Amino acid sequence: MKVRVKFSKYGIMKFIGHLDVMRYFQKAMRRAGIDIAFTEGMSPHMIMSFAQPLGVGLTSDGEYMDIEVRTPMSSEEAIRRLNQAGAEGITVTEWKQIPEDKGSKAMTLVAAADYELRFRKGFAPKLDWQSNISHFFAQQSIPVIKKTKKGEREVDIRPFLYEMYVNAGTVYFKLAAGSEANLKPELVMDAYLATQGLEAQPFAYEIHRRELYADIGKDGKRKLVALGALGEDVPCA
Amino acid sequence: MRKLALSDELLLSIEKPARYIGGEVNAVYKDAQKVAVRFAMCFPDVYEIGMSHLGIQILYDMFNQREDVWCERVYSPWVDLDRVMRERHIPLFALESQDPIRDFDFLGITLQYEMCYTNILQILDLSGIPLEASERDWGCPIVIGGGPCAYNPEPIAEFFDLFYIGEGETVYDDLLELYKTCRKEAVSRREFLRRAAQIPGIYAPLFYETTYREDGTIASFTPTEDGIPSVIEKQVQSDMTNAPYPEAPVVPYIKVTQDRVVLEIQRGCIRGCRFCQAGMLYRPTRERSLEVLKQHASRMLENTGHEEISLSSLSSSDYSDLAGIVTYLIDEFQGRNINICLPSLRIDAFSLDVMSKVQDVKKSSLTFAPEAGSQRMRDVINKGLTEEVILEGAAEAFHGGWNKVKLYFMLGLPLEEEADRKDIAHLAEKIAATYYEEVPKDQRQGRCQITVSTSFFVPKPFTPFQWARMYTPGDYLGFAKTVNHEIKAMKNQKSIRYNWHQADETVLEGVFARGDRRIGAVIKEAYRQGALFDAWTEQWNYERWLQAFQTAGVDLDFYTLRERAEDEIFPWDFIHIGVTKNFLWREWQKAHRAEVTPNCRQQCSGCGAARYKSGVCMEQRAAQGGEAE
Repeated sequence: MKVRVKFSKYGIMKFIGHLDVMRYFQKAMRRAGIDIAFTEGMSPHMIMSFAQPLGVGLTSDGEYMDIEVRTPMSSEEAIRRLNQAGAEGITVTEWKQIPEDKGSKAMTLVAAADYELRFRKGFAPKLDWQSNISHFFAQQSIPVIKKTKKGEREVDIRPFLYEMYVNAGTVYFKLAAGSEANLKPELVMDAYLATQGLEAQPFAYEIHRRELYADIGKDGKRKLVALGALGEDVPCA
Repeated sequence: MRKLALSDELLLSIEKPARYIGGEVNAVYKDAQKVAVRFAMCFPDVYEIGMSHLGIQILYDMFNQREDVWCERVYSPWVDLDRVMRERHIPLFALESQDPIRDFDFLGITLQYEMCYTNILQILDLSGIPLEASERDWGCPIVIGGGPCAYNPEPIAEFFDLFYIGEGETVYDDLLELYKTCRKEAVSRREFLRRAAQIPGIYAPLFYETTYREDGTIASFTPTEDGIPSVIEKQVQSDMTNAPYPEAPVVPYIKVTQDRVVLEIQRGCIRGCRFCQAGMLYRPTRERSLEVLKQHASRMLENTGHEEISLSSLSSSDYSDLAGIVTYLIDEFQGRNINICLPSLRIDAFSLDVMSKVQDVKKSSLTFAPEAGSQRMRDVINKGLTEEVILEGAAEAFHGGWNKVKLYFMLGLPLEEEADRKDIAHLAEKIAATYYEEVPKDQRQGRCQITVSTSFFVPKPFTPFQWARMYTPGDYLGFAKTVNHEIKAMKNQKSIRYNWHQADETVLEGVFARGDRRIGAVIKEAYRQGALFDAWTEQWNYERWLQAFQTAGVDLDFYTLRERAEDEIFPWDFIHIGVTKNFLWREWQKAHRAEVTPNCRQQCSGCGAARYKSGVCMEQRAAQGGEAE
């Protein structure tokens, strides 16, 4: 049975990088007694894939991984066990059965992400930095200079910026995510501040990922649904 | 949410912030207000090394079983954080509570290798604890050292209030109780140390004085006050089966060196290799029962979720029910995709059979540790391994499908000659030739790969070689060159690779290993000049150390190039480990005659460890009806 697990990452766990979160879950699965499936071959490993790596320093309520289990377990039971076997800073919130086909993998489906950004205490610009966000978002194009290995290149990030607004000091974003196009909130924020003649200090942003989405829209019309909404709760036997 | 000692932006700007945040699975959290004693347990190296150490996990668990003690962990901040902590005056903190170390009751430092000595000073310095024990008051924790290097504590004696000589499982409870009483009675710190010095196995350097002869050797080492014992007895946990063992060790978030469940099947070694300090320090050899090992293995795997389990001991093949434990691990855990590591196995039909079950023969390599190239030298060092056995084992392994072999040797052993060094190359060549003779062409997976590694020998206290001289870095490199040349002259040289170690580090290790109290000044000076993480090649700076010797007015060669006389008083003579100096001297004489000594199970050699009345010594007595020591 294929299962999509949703979890939050917060507190001190934000300092644990993506690869170590994978290691964390590999051990947590064993402690929780989840009968997870392994790949075949000389060095079998757990069938486990993450939707989208989360950078070190970020927190999240919308992390997903897909796993395969050999013995089905109810959502209630699995969530309880994983949280009991877990560490403070990671909470499993969903356990949903998903379709078996390859096209349903979280990693392939992920198309957008919600983020919240605020300034770390003492790092906010002294001047008013919030007022012009709606103007910035209203622009038809937002050219930014992207540094690549070959040098600098100008790209328009506006097509990948789906939503941006500010409320009580927190900036909310909906951005393209996944393998096709991926926009980082700090890049958008840097671009915005630059239009205001401002520049953030290093490590000024506190960024929280809220949700990851798949795009189930047709004919080029975007229709985003949370990755977890594509699966079904597993009831108690 | 848990508090952190370091700010987010600082943690995000250094390498591997997970080293400093604690909060791992099975880490122990208590209410600091509700415990009587706060103990900071330190491994003076980086987190990934320190977290791999079994001894700390044992003591961490043991202390935290007590309701009145909260034991936390602390490791050396890597050089990036070290710099920032000094610049911003951030005090060193414990991982769990993130509270400053200076506010703890005890700071316990495990001494696993000599090259960590400057890191001890870093820990004290960053904690705001005076480097010299004599300058500390009740505002500082009691700094106590333990572990193998504590068996010659003298080079670092001035930095410690106490040393614990022996295995931690035995008298820590007495020490903690004494501490509680003393604090309640509001006695002076010195008075506490005085009383602690009367607990068996506890050494308080403050109450001892060394005098020297004109030639620089020790004239006397004596207590300075009445009631302070002149001899410190090693503490031994006699019943290993019922000894405390951590069933839920801390599981690090980041990958550490030993990222697996470690099952200590026995302590000590029956072999009596003359170069090996552990083989003497941990006598008598004591086993854990198979039943309790099975229980530990399954509970530890359940509680950690580790995907690998490893046996730990000095020589696993000597465990009396090796087949029992190995079969259990394979039957019970292999089906659950848990890797099984079987280090320190002698290569024979049995070990090859089990190894082929637990590892990919094509990818893995087999390890032999002949330690010396010639049979004469193997007899000198009492390594009971013959060329015949090695070649038979190799042939059997080649037939089993292995084609990678690792060989470990030492260079600069006492009584070693040019011919012995060349024999290292000859032995490697014979193993390579065995492959081409034994394995028909159509069954070969290409060439065989023989990797020869040599390390330079460092004489250690409490070994028969404690009287031996060392050499200069130039001499050592010359020895390695001889081996290298000889390998290049072999017919199958293309199948043999050769690695050797740094030579100057060996010399310093030698000084620390057998040094006396005068070495403390050199360590302090080198630390002041920036020496830190000396075990790390990228941080190592020999010139700085030579300069420190000069500034401190200490002659390095005195400690390394001199063969000791029979009656020389060693800095560590006041420690008694059961094995007597007499026995060690006899072994040193036998080494000169290239005479081997049988292992403890073959015949008791009367080393003295029988006074602990445990382990293999009792087996002997049962079999032989009570032979005298």
